[in-house]
Amino acid sequence: MKMVIQDWGLINYTEGLERQKKCVQNVIAGAGDHLILCEHPVVLTLGRMTNPKSLLYQRKEIEGRGVMIADVDRGGDVTLHAPGQLIVYPVFNLNNHGKNLKSYMERLQEVAVDLLKNFGILAISISGKRGVYVGEDKIISIGVGVRKWVAYHGLGINVNTDLSLFELIKPCGLDVRMTSMQKLKGHPVPMQDVKAKVIELFQKHFL
Amino acid sequence: MTKIILPELGEGITKATIACWHAKVGENVVIGQEICEAVTDKASFVIEAPAPGKLKSISVDEGQEGLVGGVLGIIE
Repeated sequence: MKMVIQDWGLINYTEGLERQKKCVQNVIAGAGDHLILCEHPVVLTLGRMTNPKSLLYQRKEIEGRGVMIADVDRGGDVTLHAPGQLIVYPVFNLNNHGKNLKSYMERLQEVAVDLLKNFGILAISISGKRGVYVGEDKIISIGVGVRKWVAYHGLGINVNTDLSLFELIKPCGLDVRMTSMQKLKGHPVPMQDVKAKVIELFQKHFL
Repeated sequence: MTKIILPELGEGITKATIACWHAKVGENVVIGQEICEAVTDKASFVIEAPAPGKLKSISVDEGQEGLVGGVLGIIE
């Protein structure tokens, strides 16, 4: 079945979540897999396993800086989205992809590593840690939700993200430094180029 | 009586933490209703009621780990 590609551009997190939920319902009802690309204005999202200590400032103080905080139904701890970070929401029916959450997550990691390789960045997956790293620094976060074996949420790829924003949190509850494609390449990376490669790789790995 | 089982999530995943129950003990549920949510390190998985009836008991509380194939609760 053909993969439906949608680029939502810059979209408010809450609005994006509502649209994503509708998309999940459509895929549950029999629609084909959807690959959604977008960026969000600055927002902290708290997964089901968020440790309150992962927020390094009081909630009110963070919100006072104009950063929205949202509780979300995905695994994992806190993460940050901001313009310059490419969000990829694969809304995929895992009944057609082996019905295996672990291998699905691994395939997402493979796509992420392949993507960076195409931009001359050697990234790795670290055993026992979700997400993708360059050396010790995390560059791509991965978090997934599953409903009736339809997966949603997905990848946060730091393309040209303002990395100073991560000082608000312990990303994913870890003592980890974040990096971006821009930082590693020494110049901004065209978002359209990254989007095109993401689409190509998802089609290669999941069609 | 129907057991609510933590389903197979994939080779190598042996347990998951129950993040929340959407139904309370004593509450009537319908088949397919989202009844609780299990989480692994980076994924959350919604579990549905396998049968209609009353949620008689919960054996894995919120924040506790359940084993794949293990009983999370009972519907009767």
